[in-house]
Amino acid sequence: MTPRRTFSGTVTALVLLFFHAPLIVLVANSFNASRFGGTWEGFTLHWYTDLAANREVLEAFGRTLKIALLATPAATLLGTLAAFALHRHHSRLQSAHLVCVQLPLVLPEILMGFSLLLFFIATGWGLGITAIWAAHVTFCISFVAMIILARLQDFDFTLVDAARDLGASAWQVAWRVLLPLLWPGILAGALMAFTLSIDDFVITFFVSGPGTTTLPVQIYSMMKTSRSLPVINALSALLLFGTILLVATSQWLTRPPRRP
Amino acid sequence: MEKSRNPRSAPAIRTTEWWLTLPSFGWLLVFFVIPALIILVISFRTPDVTGGIGSGWTWGNWSAWLHADVRVLTLRTLWVSAETTAVCLALAIPVAWFMARCSVAWRGTLLLLVILPFWTNFLIRVFAWKVLLNQDGLAARLARALHIIGDGDTLLYHPGAVLLVLVYTHLPFAILPLYAAAEKFDFSLLDAARDLGASAPRAFFSVFVPGIGAGVGAAALMVFVATLGNYLIPEIVGGHESDMLGNRIAQRALSDRNLPEAAALASGLALAAVVLAAALWKWQRRQVRTHATNGPAEANPARHLQSENS
Repeated sequence: MTPRRTFSGTVTALVLLFFHAPLIVLVANSFNASRFGGTWEGFTLHWYTDLAANREVLEAFGRTLKIALLATPAATLLGTLAAFALHRHHSRLQSAHLVCVQLPLVLPEILMGFSLLLFFIATGWGLGITAIWAAHVTFCISFVAMIILARLQDFDFTLVDAARDLGASAWQVAWRVLLPLLWPGILAGALMAFTLSIDDFVITFFVSGPGTTTLPVQIYSMMKTSRSLPVINALSALLLFGTILLVATSQWLTRPPRRP
Repeated sequence: MEKSRNPRSAPAIRTTEWWLTLPSFGWLLVFFVIPALIILVISFRTPDVTGGIGSGWTWGNWSAWLHADVRVLTLRTLWVSAETTAVCLALAIPVAWFMARCSVAWRGTLLLLVILPFWTNFLIRVFAWKVLLNQDGLAARLARALHIIGDGDTLLYHPGAVLLVLVYTHLPFAILPLYAAAEKFDFSLLDAARDLGASAPRAFFSVFVPGIGAGVGAAALMVFVATLGNYLIPEIVGGHESDMLGNRIAQRALSDRNLPEAAALASGLALAAVVLAAALWKWQRRQVRTHATNGPAEANPARHLQSENS
């Protein structure tokens, strides 16, 4: 082992510790009887029962889940079509299309939130659940399209030609060849969209009207007012657990194909 | 590369292209391009006393960029973003190197450990640090035990706390593109450099780092641009002297209600991000072109053969 490898190994270990230590402390504190979490004062499930009794949080969670479940299919469909168009065709139209797909990834979130706020007011659409839904679909499209585009780069399109040579129609090719082979990538894109929708704070904060608080917006207001902080620990621990499940699923779906 | 050999006519292909493109392109035009243009137009309208938008036209809102306090915020935002980018790159390059040199089984595990915080709710990650840095938090107690801070002091509300949490939340953005580049890097080039007498650090900085240039550019852009517009972290863990441009935009848009000024500031920030992204894309394209003529691909005939065989 070269010295360089020892150095990079040490940095990697420290970075991973840096990533995970705060989250581990957070989960530990969710079982800590101490209110402020500085010292360990015994095991308790008190904060979880508090959480289960907190109507505001539960309602916000239900709303968040509903938005994510509705935004995910729309963003996945639009993102998948976008990826196909970008991969299969090279024209001036696609250059403009690509700019539209990639720009949301580099523009500050605050710009998207603020511009959508003014858009929904100017068009009379109004703020609230449907505005949040449309905003979430918008920023998820880019991520889904980029994930599927990466998968298409490894896809063997001679299979499509073979199917067509054997007399398959365009629809048969899509349903019998493309979808079965590409669904892991599409599903990985959908999982990403789902996670992004559940997590989004900045854009949602701008376009949510009164009474349409989502979970991140709720957490933010609890944090700002320092209200029931240990309950946030419990909530965070549960969300973290959900995230681990999603990430594991997505990694399993996008694992490199085993070579024969 | 894999042009379809369909016997279909050109107009038929054109129609398919339109049907594939229209849904996403149309959606993004309505919900992304038009709102961005609205912001740009409003930045030239006069503000209204009630917090709305007046009917006149003016350059005045853009002159907000010249106000002394906005200048301070701009310089601070640029400085903090540069610091965050530098720290993230300094940490992410060794991590990407290590991951790329690991066995395949370990790579998967390490990648999972890097992706997990990336997928974890942003607010929760900021909250975790707020708890640690808080007066009674573990990090603050540790700092007190080491006599870095006095009794009853907190590590929060300090520019250092902002930098720490910015690095924490943006580091995965740097590691992922760098790892993707390092994974494709041909490590035998380093052996060649060592054989020719380069020291290990020299080989690292003059062969490996330029070799993953595209990844370094992408990582720097992602971190820098994401930090430029951030306002939550300064708001939650920073004090008043840590406010960045995003905080001013949020304040003007949501509490003070000077929408045209908020629009001018947001447009300026967005233009800066677009210019940076365009510069990077241009540079990357040139990189690809020069590499195609006399880059490592040419210098390494073995790899050339491999790609022809597969």
